Amino acid sequence: MPSNRLPTGGRINRNQPVRFKFNGKSYEGFEGDTLASALIANGVSITARSFKYHRPRGIVGHGVEEPATLVELAGANASGNVPATTVSLHEGLSARSVNCWPSASLDLGATNQLISKFIPAGFYYKTFKWPNWHWYEPSIRKAAGLAAAPTHPPASGHFEARHAHADILIAGAGPAGLMAALIAGRSGARVFLVDEGTEAGGSLLNRALLIEGRPAMEWVADAVAELAQMDNVTHLQDSTVWAYREHNLLMVNERSPQNPSVIERSWRVRAGQVICATGAIERMLVFANNDRPGVMMASSAQAYVNRYAALPGKQAVVFTNNNSAYAAAADMHAAGVEIKAIIDSRKTIPKDALACVSGIKIHAGHVVQTTKGHRSVRGVVVAPIDGGRRFTVSCDLLAQSGGWNPAVHLFSQSRGTVRYDETLASFVPDQPAQRTHSAGAANGDITLDSALSSGAKAALAALNETGEMHQTANVPTGQDTPYGITPLWQVDAKGTKSKAFLDIQNDVSVDDVHLALREGYDNIEHVKRYTTGGMGIDQGKTGNINIIGVVAQQKDLPLQDVGATTFRAPYTPVSFGAIGGIREDSVLFPYRHTPITAWNHDQGAFMYEAGARWRRPGYFPRPSESFQETVNRECRAVRESVGVYDGSPLGTFELKGRDTGKFLDFIYTNVMSSLKPGQGRYGLMLSDDGLIIDDGVTLRLDDHRWLLSTSTGHADAINQHMEKLLQTEFPDWEVMITTVTSQWNNATVCGPNARKTVEALGTDIDLSPDNFPFMSFREGTVAGLAARIVRVSFTGELSYEINVAPRDMLTLWERIMKAGKPHGILPVGSEASHVLRVEKGFLSLGHEVDGTADAYDLNMGWIMSKKKPDYLGKRSVELRRRGTAVRRELVGLVPDDPNHQIPEGAPLTPGGKKQKTEGLTTACVWSVMNDRWVALALLENGHSRHGETAHVRLKDGVIPAKITAPVFHDPDGILLRS
Amino acid sequence: MMLIHCPFCGKRSESEFIYGGPVGADRPNPDAVSDAQWVEYLTVTPNPLGPVQEKWWHARGCGEWLTIWRDTRTHDIVEAPENAQ
Repeated sequence: MPSNRLPTGGRINRNQPVRFKFNGKSYEGFEGDTLASALIANGVSITARSFKYHRPRGIVGHGVEEPATLVELAGANASGNVPATTVSLHEGLSARSVNCWPSASLDLGATNQLISKFIPAGFYYKTFKWPNWHWYEPSIRKAAGLAAAPTHPPASGHFEARHAHADILIAGAGPAGLMAALIAGRSGARVFLVDEGTEAGGSLLNRALLIEGRPAMEWVADAVAELAQMDNVTHLQDSTVWAYREHNLLMVNERSPQNPSVIERSWRVRAGQVICATGAIERMLVFANNDRPGVMMASSAQAYVNRYAALPGKQAVVFTNNNSAYAAAADMHAAGVEIKAIIDSRKTIPKDALACVSGIKIHAGHVVQTTKGHRSVRGVVVAPIDGGRRFTVSCDLLAQSGGWNPAVHLFSQSRGTVRYDETLASFVPDQPAQRTHSAGAANGDITLDSALSSGAKAALAALNETGEMHQTANVPTGQDTPYGITPLWQVDAKGTKSKAFLDIQNDVSVDDVHLALREGYDNIEHVKRYTTGGMGIDQGKTGNINIIGVVAQQKDLPLQDVGATTFRAPYTPVSFGAIGGIREDSVLFPYRHTPITAWNHDQGAFMYEAGARWRRPGYFPRPSESFQETVNRECRAVRESVGVYDGSPLGTFELKGRDTGKFLDFIYTNVMSSLKPGQGRYGLMLSDDGLIIDDGVTLRLDDHRWLLSTSTGHADAINQHMEKLLQTEFPDWEVMITTVTSQWNNATVCGPNARKTVEALGTDIDLSPDNFPFMSFREGTVAGLAARIVRVSFTGELSYEINVAPRDMLTLWERIMKAGKPHGILPVGSEASHVLRVEKGFLSLGHEVDGTADAYDLNMGWIMSKKKPDYLGKRSVELRRRGTAVRRELVGLVPDDPNHQIPEGAPLTPGGKKQKTEGLTTACVWSVMNDRWVALALLENGHSRHGETAHVRLKDGVIPAKITAPVFHDPDGILLRS
Repeated sequence: MMLIHCPFCGKRSESEFIYGGPVGADRPNPDAVSDAQWVEYLTVTPNPLGPVQEKWWHARGCGEWLTIWRDTRTHDIVEAPENAQ
């Protein structure tokens, strides 16, 4: 039996011992323990080192408020920076303290304590700013030593997300929350009851109170059993409402779902009404060396003896400014802890408090000035609050209570306002901003009786608002000590040099706050950021109000005027896994495939994503062939004989209605309405501020039906653009848009032998150039399949884009490969397509079209209609071209050394000198037609500089290149019209 | 995450919608305005502290473009102010 475990009592399962490791040593606890309670039962007093000064620290709290002991969990569900008080003990658990090396008891970083005087708040900001913080950051981060992120996702199980709706969501299953849930549940409303603890009861788990004369936990058990019978109630334990968002959306992190294959579950609950029954959190008292191991919250000491049957000390001193610690003292006394003294800063102690304890020495109007001891508390120095003789009381535990702060976090996240309550000496909910009610200690109803009745009241109010009229409810009576507090923001101990901590986790002391105020950071939000007080993993749950109190005292202002810092989500840390759910890469963003993906794989294609999640073949390598050899082979097939590529991913939209022509004339820069059925036209689409947003070919199918194609990556954006215009700007225009990208697939046969290949396929369409010219289309059958052939060209060669239904695509493809075999047809990937379009100087959005270039810069002034009075972007382009800015214009670049490749994106500077760039290389490919590298570039005044030499400036040299027209093959476009 | 009322689908989560910006001035006849007026139309969008009319697209729903009045201080969806057009 470990030394500090009581022989009986507690809510632990003594039949189920659990072995675990902490900092490499083996210990034993019981099922029902937390890591913190098991360490206390095993007598481990130093459990952590502090963040900045590496001071020894012990366990301070018993729940999510724990500021001192953070651990890193090893094993399958590795996790960093978890408060030891929230880790449920399980067999084989292995944890280690963060912030220390090599161990918590011997930490080399502790030398920081010797120089602590020289590292006050803002030290890092002031010291490591020259020449650059990033030089120092890695080693400082390492010294800070918070836990590392796990390297792998959990080995087994998965995270999941669920959406739910509730009439009433209740956060917290303490007395107020349970009371509210019972009343709401009995009414038949859909109720969500969510509690962060592993079992329901809230503070009742830790205290020895009675409800209706019976132990309070019996009432809790009855309530939980009754709720379990209600189909309309969803009751989640070990689950935290961690965010309160707009329109009553609540984020719930369920940490131990019933389904063993689910690691954690993230609920998004949309609630009609919300009841915040989130309890209250005890705050620290501020005195010198209040961080020493053995200094603990009084309610936590009470929790350890009552709930876990573990003794946090043998001889205790209790230091308080309110009544609640008297009950804690009584419970500790009953468990066998010797209470050496109660130090109460109040001069008059209420009778109710005195009634809890008898035979215990009480020092009214006294304070603890400092603690003694080295590695843990050995005693406390006590003095009258107004000054006077100091004396020492020896002890190994100091249980302290600075009062209770209603947990207004969720209420405040919902944008409800808080106000400072003088009686409670804390902030309480004021005006709700959403359909929110507060109940129990979270509402300032600290004692059991008031918590039960305010829970009932909140439930009735919520039910009334949902339309179910309820007037009364039976509320049981509870017995509790009345709460009475006289605030004590800090112990004034002149002559004490030691630090009095406000934020134990971030090592923020009273001196730091005073320094921040002296340096002008006097807004409470600035104090927070400058000192980092309240910015730790605990978010200052035990200390924030003390910081406000210290600022108020220093500035001589009421607390209400200092105000509270903003409460933000998450209330407690949430794992990234839970937030992500199952939305891993492939689930969140599935790839899109065309019907010939399997064929591509069979041919050994190298596949990759090429825009908008489409998986496309990059190239089709043969054994012992280099990348460049493969691409050259595919290019040569297209230029010299015939190739075929899959153009299915291109965005395709069918537009119908009598105003379609007018609409197309408005969104494209050129005239589309003059097209005759059977014809197509290339168009450029601008936004109204003159940026090129897309290009593509539009076909007129008949009088009122048009087919518009967009670039692959912009299909969704163009759909949005068109729908927005039609629905918001021109609701009276008759145009209907249907996305048909996946309704049509196409194989584009291109090259000098393309016509012969399509003829060999067998078609009833007349392919002669006179009857079927460039930029037109015909419908008929191809290879026995219903098809539409379009004569467009993205390669500069004679091309037939054969469109068929997806079910026919593979058949078509295989028949093309067969028909083209006599001509040595090859499948062509994206890499070769890129080379072919660069050789022709065809545009690619994102390469040449980068948001700065307009049609004139791209040698396409002809596409900007002069005839049309208005279209999107017309006025803006006109306006800009009237300006005097030097334009970057599209040119070709031919490096002097034909074997010198220019990296894509490389800058051009005048003479290759270290000067402001005058342009950039947008693409560079090996041209099989020219047997050399060729490039496209946007260059200042490029159009008037053909024949001159430009210079590409690289890190390791300069590439001189001749400026040419941006076309390297068939400049007159004879081949594509052939 | 807001709850937005779509005229066809009822109240739906914000995640089904794509934001389309505040409702600005009507597009002027480009030939009837000065350069400055045109630039103002393009670049100055309403950004009030308080109710603003916005366009939203129910992209992952019925495809409807709709407008709401949203209070920028609270994210509350509110009635159109009385002096609104």
